[in-house]
Amino acid sequence: MADRAQQITLARNGHLSRPSLFKTLTGSAALLVVLLLTLGTVAAVASHATVGRGFTPADWAAIRFTVTQALLSATLSVAIAVPTARALARRRFPGRQVMVALLGAPFILPAIVAVLGIVSVWGRSGLISEGLTAVGLSPLNIYGFSGVVLAHVFFNLPLATRLILQGWMAIPAEHFRLAAELGFTSKDVSRQLERPMLRAAVPGAFLLVFLLCLTSFAVALSLGGGPRATTIELAIYQALRFDFDLSKAALLSLLQFALCTATAGATLALAKPTAFSIGLDHPPARWDGTERSTRLVDTILLLAVALFLFAPLVSVILRGLPPLFALPPQVWPSLLNSLLIAVPAALLATALALALAALITELSRRTGAAALLEAVGFLALAASPFVIGTGLFILLNPVIDPFKLALPITIAVNATMSLPFALRILLPALQRAEDHYGRLGASLGMTGLTLFRIAIWPRIKRAAGFAAGLSAALSMGDLGVIALFAPPDFATLPLTMYRLMAAYQMQAAAGAALLLVGTSLALFWVFDRGGRLDHNIR
Amino acid sequence: MTSLFRTAFVGCLTGLGLTATLAGTAHAQDKPVLTVYTYDSFVTDWGPGPQVEKAFEAVCDCDLQLVNAGDGAALLSRLQLEGARTDADIVLGLDTNITARAKATGLFAKLSPAPSGLDVPVDWSDDTFAPYDWGYFAFVYDNTKLKDVPGSFQELIEADKDLKIVIQDPRSSTPGLGLLMWVKAAYPNKSAHIWDSLAPRILTVTKGWSEAYGMFLEGEADMVLSYTTSPAYHIIAEDDHTKSAASFSEGHYMQIEVAGKLASTDQPELADQFLSFMTTDAFQSIIPTTNWMYPAKFPEAGLPDGFEQLITPEDSLIISDTDVEAIKEDALAEWLTALSK
Repeated sequence: MADRAQQITLARNGHLSRPSLFKTLTGSAALLVVLLLTLGTVAAVASHATVGRGFTPADWAAIRFTVTQALLSATLSVAIAVPTARALARRRFPGRQVMVALLGAPFILPAIVAVLGIVSVWGRSGLISEGLTAVGLSPLNIYGFSGVVLAHVFFNLPLATRLILQGWMAIPAEHFRLAAELGFTSKDVSRQLERPMLRAAVPGAFLLVFLLCLTSFAVALSLGGGPRATTIELAIYQALRFDFDLSKAALLSLLQFALCTATAGATLALAKPTAFSIGLDHPPARWDGTERSTRLVDTILLLAVALFLFAPLVSVILRGLPPLFALPPQVWPSLLNSLLIAVPAALLATALALALAALITELSRRTGAAALLEAVGFLALAASPFVIGTGLFILLNPVIDPFKLALPITIAVNATMSLPFALRILLPALQRAEDHYGRLGASLGMTGLTLFRIAIWPRIKRAAGFAAGLSAALSMGDLGVIALFAPPDFATLPLTMYRLMAAYQMQAAAGAALLLVGTSLALFWVFDRGGRLDHNIR
Repeated sequence: MTSLFRTAFVGCLTGLGLTATLAGTAHAQDKPVLTVYTYDSFVTDWGPGPQVEKAFEAVCDCDLQLVNAGDGAALLSRLQLEGARTDADIVLGLDTNITARAKATGLFAKLSPAPSGLDVPVDWSDDTFAPYDWGYFAFVYDNTKLKDVPGSFQELIEADKDLKIVIQDPRSSTPGLGLLMWVKAAYPNKSAHIWDSLAPRILTVTKGWSEAYGMFLEGEADMVLSYTTSPAYHIIAEDDHTKSAASFSEGHYMQIEVAGKLASTDQPELADQFLSFMTTDAFQSIIPTTNWMYPAKFPEAGLPDGFEQLITPEDSLIISDTDVEAIKEDALAEWLTALSK
């Protein structure tokens, strides 16, 4: 296999044709959108800044706290996600599909709903505390650093699991068959097949989770127990709102981008693309991991993860179910608006990711510029929604009333915010497809769209479906910029949910939250399924 | 850069064929338009906005446009960004914790005439802003669960160690900033000590009111920072009498919500008409059961049934807007220090 890897590397480096004009144009356009919404909006905010103050000790404390909790949250999420994804990859049990689908749920919960869900299990009055007090022990107190990490693992463990599972599914089935024929044990499979795959998949997953935790605000604060849990994002909010210090907001934003770029550089340098040979696209099947002990470990792990993730979800469902059938009429148009945003945003995010991934794939045969492009693709995750909102406002307001553009702005911003995920999912798939079939197709005289349609698309379809599904679900649940630009007669479902809460109608809000989770999951399932149908492409 | 954005968005817009949805509310052709910037919960269907719009348009022969421009400080930031180019004629929804900063921007015009006959418990002599409602901050609790209800900050500090409160962050929330000023007003010289002693009672701090109130309703905390008028919602809208506000002997800090006229308005008469209308029955009678606050001038018919069950603090505390501006940074530093230990 090492030989094979070398061949492929050689082939890669030897392939020195110029990127096609089409790929250069579309890739650059995608890049431009990302840069405008991230660095562009920061520049706009900075351009309106008067003399601001430098960082205070409190800001440095916020920076330290942010980085520490994000590192720990990401490490824990990925450390648990690896064995969980392995168990999901090699076990077949009733409900497995449902479990994989529900892995998308925690991730899309609005912050406030997730906090209430977590509290109902882990809080002072939660299930566990009730159990503890019933047997005479003192209740749990999660508020503090542990609460922040707990919540972030709850949010991100499922995402990391899905991303790594994707890597497992990409190992050609023939490899596992060969391994079985050669009498490989689980350990051998792990060394020969799984570790190289993890080397490629884990850094990206870690990076995504790290960046998500980096920009956390409401969750970190409310479970962190107080201002000790101040994140950079909260400091940005304070600069924009409490101090009206635009220069500090811009500085803090730049710091987030720098952290993002540094972490992206470090993790992506660790990542080593897999060099599995071409398979025949058989559906994956496994012959390993049949030892009784591994079966037991997998079962216990899956049960524990399911309990950890789904107990707060069950509480969200139980709370939301009764009011679901008597929702205020305003909920329905806002659901429609959310769909009108989520579907185009998902398609746009996938298109942007595909354009960027195509350019990166072409470039990686030539230069290290690809690595830079890949890092830029993550920038949007480190962007503060408040800075994007304020920056866009400064940019657009002299030209056109931003409120008239609430819908397209939200679609564009949501698509860009989802881009890092879509790119992370699509890029490995596209690189594999290009490596394995790009030259073969080219040698058969296929070019451009024909090559893409016949040789490439069928092999990245599943990843594209997953990417679009995740983007759609993310856009559904996002409050982000719409809260800043919503005209009075326009609301999305998350916005309506927050408005209900602000009007004391917590029960109706719980119903709206359940509707939100349900439709987001359904949307995710539809796209994800769309990429999966007839995945048996032989 | 801006023209690129415009092209991109306009392209996106036409491409999606959503132009019709986005055209926004159609302007009534010949009627003058009065634009009022306010906060989100004012304009929603559950807030006063829709009824206020209808009532004012019935008397003004104009088109009243309420614009959600963010709450409190965000509302002011928006105006500062727009400067004199703003479309806003009126800003409604600032409070006395921020009016000094608002005046310092020079964007506001003086009131004419100043409001009179107000039912606000403190003297109102501001020449730039007119109040439309007010309330007292208070800790709300479940009267079926909490028996030894603290009657002061001192009692709260000395309460059972299991008694936990949830508050909001002054950096991101209006009630959070209100509590900061409440402690300052009640204990001008020992506020840092009060926060030190209160810290063990504080379960957690949330970004906004909704998170905190939601956690309280879940039973996670025994008391939540809210308003004395919060129980009125439960009594009137839900016939639920289990929520009460604790009366504190130090007095209760007030939030007074105000509106003002932009100096750059192109509708000065209409703006004055709106500000006068604001203290009439037609406007004021909408406030209690939509904003869940006290109206600035009680309507003829009195307050809705249920409001008589609320506590009425003996002392109304308020710090003048210029003093707030002067002390708020130090007050925040005290708070951060005490709660970060």
